[in-house]
Amino acid sequence: MDAVTGESQIVYDARGLVEPNAEVPKISSIDGTKAEFDANDLTTRQINLELRWLINEQGITDVTVRNPGAKHSLGVGILTRCKITFDGSLGYFGCGVIDGPEVHIKGRVGWSSCENMMSGTVVVEGNAGSLTGAAMRGGDLIIKGRLGARTGIDQKGGTILTMGSVGANTGFMMQRGRQVICGDAGHGLGDSMYDGIIYVGGKVRSLGIDCVPGEWTDADTEFIDRKFRIYELGTPPAFQKFVCGKKLYNYDSLEPSERKLVL
Amino acid sequence: MLQSMKHRGPDSTGYALYAERTEHVVMRYTTANTTTPRDFEFQNRLQRNRAEAERRLASLGAKVITCEQETDYAFRLTLDYTGELKQLADQIEDIPDCEVLSLGHSLEIIKDLGDAETVCAQYHLEQFQGTHAIGHVRMATESDVDISGAHPYWAYPFSDIAVVHNGQLTNYFQWRRRLERSGHRFNSECDSEIIAVYLAEKMSEGLGLKEAMEKSLDELDGVFTYICVTADALGVAKDEMAAKPLVLFEGENMIAMASEEMAIRAIIDHEINTYDPYEGEVMVWTR
Repeated sequence: MDAVTGESQIVYDARGLVEPNAEVPKISSIDGTKAEFDANDLTTRQINLELRWLINEQGITDVTVRNPGAKHSLGVGILTRCKITFDGSLGYFGCGVIDGPEVHIKGRVGWSSCENMMSGTVVVEGNAGSLTGAAMRGGDLIIKGRLGARTGIDQKGGTILTMGSVGANTGFMMQRGRQVICGDAGHGLGDSMYDGIIYVGGKVRSLGIDCVPGEWTDADTEFIDRKFRIYELGTPPAFQKFVCGKKLYNYDSLEPSERKLVL
Repeated sequence: MLQSMKHRGPDSTGYALYAERTEHVVMRYTTANTTTPRDFEFQNRLQRNRAEAERRLASLGAKVITCEQETDYAFRLTLDYTGELKQLADQIEDIPDCEVLSLGHSLEIIKDLGDAETVCAQYHLEQFQGTHAIGHVRMATESDVDISGAHPYWAYPFSDIAVVHNGQLTNYFQWRRRLERSGHRFNSECDSEIIAVYLAEKMSEGLGLKEAMEKSLDELDGVFTYICVTADALGVAKDEMAAKPLVLFEGENMIAMASEEMAIRAIIDHEINTYDPYEGEVMVWTR
């Protein structure tokens, strides 16, 4: 009898998992500063190599990627100003660590998209998975559908705006930046946030520790109106504003021994 | 779909396939596990186990209508049997190294080591005509790489209920002890098996599938997303932490879900709208 063992059966398929020597496919059709290619038969690594080749070596400023097929880690590490359109959906980790590009995704994005985004804009026409915009530092991330849990966890800057609802623990340990949620928010909103602002248009299932209602100012109205105007999102709903209450231990100046006595 | 998820778990693959209900009982069972020693006595033990299984079936009045041997150790039987399924399963599993993978009138569970294409070819699944199915690719984390540890799990001793699970249960031993005291058996050390038996227990107390799944959100600790399927329903539950992914597509004529969207894309070639269920959500569809 052939005893099949798991390890001996590993044969990775063509999605870029093990291909350290992948070469640039160079399959794009180029028209001036615009380019377009079909990603259907390409691996993740090939797609990213093609993107970098176009942007960094061919002087292309506007790329359309057709049939991205929800593959993971597409469009990561793009550090220049350019336009990228994904004509479909991305999988996990899409557009991570980008600094400058203007990205338009016509489908959905999976978990952990736009992690550590530094600047630029990402507009997603569909929904997004959990952990979207985690540790984001700058730029605008616009999701026209709904978002999963832990949106903008550890956010350090920039704006995350969704036209739909968000899941649990959105804004967990948020440090700076803004989140604009037109729909409802799951439990633990803004839990342990240090700073930043979260606007919610719908219902909040529960606030997290040290997340409290904030005082609305003209600057808030101006900010919301400007974002809706720039991204042509229509008329904004009425929002509630939430900020950090700054009551947690990390905001006091007590020594650990003193804290035991006081708290 | 399962082949495109291979990177999530290359150790084993399992299928729970549902066909239209038949009057006969369909039983999938194995006479050895992959961890059974392959010594000089191995082939003899396989033969002895099979003969003993057939003897016990006959003693229970179960008439074997068809018997298909798909590997040295895996069998598919159709039985003319009207007695208790629990008694049938207990009698077969009392034989050392034997395990009943599924028992019922519409469910068939097939699982083995290797990726989806390997298991599909080994068990000739491309010929299967069915109504709905779930599957699982497993990367073993806390229990052995073997058939017992592979998903889906049949909800012993209830017919036609199967579960796949992504996550970890932290009150596994508490629930295992409770359920064992109630007379349930466990064939693996895998925490996922708890969910199938837990749901079966709740349904035996009169709860519907949805109610049982909702109760599990309160009573099972840990992080999990699981799918439970019956002959005519399919349910999904996500814990309050929403730490495990699930992407869902609801079309006019189909429901498709997977841990990653690329699995759904493997069977649908046009743009679709998919979404993640939220934390604490239980969704059930019936056909």
